[in-house]
Amino acid sequence: MEVFVSQVFTGLSAGAVLLLIAVGLTLTFGQMGVINMAHGEFLMAGAYTAYVVNLVVGDAGLGLLVALPVGFLVGGLLGVVLEASVIRWMYHRPLDTLLVTYGVGLVLQQVARDVFGAPAKDVPSPSWLSGSVPVLGYDFPMARLFLLLLSVACLLAVLALLRRTALGRQVRATVENRDLAETVGISTRRTDRITFFLGSGLAGIAGVALTLLGSTGPTIGASYIVEAFLVVVVGGIGQLKGTVIAAFSIGVLQAFLEYATSGSIAKVVVFLAIVVFLQVRPQGIFAVRTRSLA
Amino acid sequence: MSRRTTLLTALGWLALAAALLGLAPALLSDFRLGLLAKYCCYAIAAVGIGLAWGRGGMLVLGQGLYFGLGGYAMAMHLKLTDAGPGQVPDFMVLYAGGEMPVWWEPFRSPVVTLLAILLLPVLVATVLGAAIFKRRVKGAYFAILSQALTAAFAILLIGQVKTTGGFNGLNNFQSFFGYSLYDPVNKRMLYFLAAGVLLASVALMAQLHRSRFGELLVATRDAEERVRFLGHDPANVKLVAYVLAAVLASVGGALFVPVVGIISPEDVGVGASIALVAGVALGGRASLFGPALGALLVGYAETSLSESFPGSWSYFQGGLFVVVVLLLPGGLAQALSALASVRHRVGGPPGGRRRRERPASDRTRPGPTTPQEVTA
Amino acid sequence: MSVPGRDYLEVRGIRVEFDGFVAVDGVDLTLLQGQVHFLIGPNGAGKTTLVDALTGLVRATGLASYDNQNLLDRPSHAIVRLGIGRTFQTATVFEELTVLQNLDIAGGVHRRARSLLRRRRGVPERVHETLATIGLTEQADRPAGVLSHGQKQWLEIGMLLVQDARVMLLDEPVAGMSAEERRETGELLHRIGQERTIVVIEHDMDFVRDFADVVTVMSAGRVLAHGTVEEIRADPEVQRVYLGHTVEGVA
Repeated sequence: MEVFVSQVFTGLSAGAVLLLIAVGLTLTFGQMGVINMAHGEFLMAGAYTAYVVNLVVGDAGLGLLVALPVGFLVGGLLGVVLEASVIRWMYHRPLDTLLVTYGVGLVLQQVARDVFGAPAKDVPSPSWLSGSVPVLGYDFPMARLFLLLLSVACLLAVLALLRRTALGRQVRATVENRDLAETVGISTRRTDRITFFLGSGLAGIAGVALTLLGSTGPTIGASYIVEAFLVVVVGGIGQLKGTVIAAFSIGVLQAFLEYATSGSIAKVVVFLAIVVFLQVRPQGIFAVRTRSLA
Repeated sequence: MSRRTTLLTALGWLALAAALLGLAPALLSDFRLGLLAKYCCYAIAAVGIGLAWGRGGMLVLGQGLYFGLGGYAMAMHLKLTDAGPGQVPDFMVLYAGGEMPVWWEPFRSPVVTLLAILLLPVLVATVLGAAIFKRRVKGAYFAILSQALTAAFAILLIGQVKTTGGFNGLNNFQSFFGYSLYDPVNKRMLYFLAAGVLLASVALMAQLHRSRFGELLVATRDAEERVRFLGHDPANVKLVAYVLAAVLASVGGALFVPVVGIISPEDVGVGASIALVAGVALGGRASLFGPALGALLVGYAETSLSESFPGSWSYFQGGLFVVVVLLLPGGLAQALSALASVRHRVGGPPGGRRRRERPASDRTRPGPTTPQEVTA
Repeated sequence: MSVPGRDYLEVRGIRVEFDGFVAVDGVDLTLLQGQVHFLIGPNGAGKTTLVDALTGLVRATGLASYDNQNLLDRPSHAIVRLGIGRTFQTATVFEELTVLQNLDIAGGVHRRARSLLRRRRGVPERVHETLATIGLTEQADRPAGVLSHGQKQWLEIGMLLVQDARVMLLDEPVAGMSAEERRETGELLHRIGQERTIVVIEHDMDFVRDFADVVTVMSAGRVLAHGTVEEIRADPEVQRVYLGHTVEGVA
């Protein structure tokens, strides 16, 4: 039982990271038909932001609190720049955007290597996140609990934005039917930029949060991006609900498999499980079912 | 296909053969020739990617898996023959206390190894491909799955230090089917082998491109549903192309091992797989010679850039993707044919057969539906 | 294949549902050989969905019997192999391939796998005939992408002819055509319709009037009326449905 609860918890916190990354991916994919492989590098940028902010501020606790919004801005701005410079020319050519943004990602990784050096950097954790906290009679590491809460808070904020605000309605209208949205006077260019900013900013936050779990290197984003895309595929493209379920399920499944086998086998089994899953639901957990063939 | 195109294709192939088999060995040092042999191995895999992606519209981001299947099969055989009959490879003595898993045993036999290099990718690609294509998983989904596949494979290899050498992979081979790998003459022979296989695979592509299957594949790429409603199962068409691409990647990987002297997870992972795609994109994904030439070029660029300043390779490769895919989706082949057609218009008679290469990526379904009906 | 004049496609109680929305709601139809059937109705009536169901594109319940087979149990490509072909609202031809190659691919369905690896030698007789029938002989070696909209529709019909499709389901084949092209298309349909079952989804009432043997009117997923053009025009129910909508020229 002890093991069970702790694995569920580890899995949920891993899923929380995946979720933060995947939300941006699924939004941009759903809305613009864009596969952004450089998304992982926005995460990396967030992680290095935490590193720099910590150097400047000098206090781990304050550093984290400052780094979260700054990381959001850094990731978001990178996203907007990428959108405006490259991606806007290739909407609805997902395979081409995949290759182009992979190229951008490579360049960003090398920039990080040249600026910060290849060896990984450590960001000190604030003292109030060290140690563990008892929940339901079990000890949970504070850092992971913080990550989980952060992820859920971000998700709720995004949901509130999409559901409650005029801006959110415009975004959803654009996702549903771009041409129609334009004819009713929505500036789809603007909503596209905002979506990109939001999604990339969340990756930045994920990057900041990841410094609590480990050290930061130029390829930290690349190591998450493939898995995050699998979350999008399983969840159903453009489907937040599906993304949430997929992120946490994959996180928990992986945690259990890692416990039962070894990390490397776990990844393979998770992958095979996803292929099998797609046999049952080729369009993910929540697919908008229409008579279209897409 | 007109007679003129056939003639041009034959001439192009002969020129490539002359360059690879005549010019290169005459001009290059043994060291450079060895490097060229390595690029040839990449190019063999790239030819397959050209078929699957350029002609079939399937962006295969995980060919490293098949490159690795062939490579590791060959590497296991070489390790076992180096160790001698009944003996265990050196690294297993080190990591696993001299214990060898059973599934290594068959690779002692050269015949089994060669069969495995050809049949393992067929088996894996058929199972995975059928599962994916029959359920009509395609486009971006397919690309992401193929990439995840090779990522998982690389992680698996790293994790199994005792049986695969882990992160360091398999290396330090002494001989290749009885020929010492230290003898420069044998290294040249390996070059000729790699170049020959590359030429053969290009020739195979030429035949496929002009065959009915080739036409059907392009048709499937451009209008999959139309093909379905002509009574073909597009899944089968794609599967054949995918499996062929897998076999070519495996053969490339198998040759890579004696040529380069090592195979490691780094050579089969996400980065390596996408580097193969870079060459194909540069050369021209849908053209006949483009994938091979592009892969040779990218291989050359990697070596020379990494030699001069480390780090610049990443910038170059990153920039390459952006520039080529954004501005020149048909690759160098497109640039050349554009040039040729300009000359044509100025000098030659009009109406020469011009290929219109278009990005083959994202063609979707036929018959758009009215909005009401879609949302209904 | 079967006795001329006896070939027919029988549809009983077909029902298609998308997440609770019933697009086709219990349609019964008998489509006979040698007649040009027209399927009309307002947008969203379920016409295209019905054809999608018959060709395996959407899942449906009920019975669609042809040659003693229930089409609803089969995947799309197998339905085509039974001799049932279709076209789409927007002409989909293989734009990079020539007209000839387009027809050849259509004809290749019954070809053996091994012959696929060889290149094409010569032009099969049926392809020649079809080129003449659809009037594209002179365009045979041009890429299909440069054809006019009408010519692409004819090429699509030609692809079905090469396959010798016994049932042809054509989704708005004359949309966007000039009056002249429409007339030619109508005549083409009657020419090839002698020994086939032809079903045309159409909005253009002039075209329906000129070329329909039998008309079926659909509305809200059901068959509203079935009969000759005159019978349909006299039907008060049909008039009511059409007057409730903005419809292209119910004269």
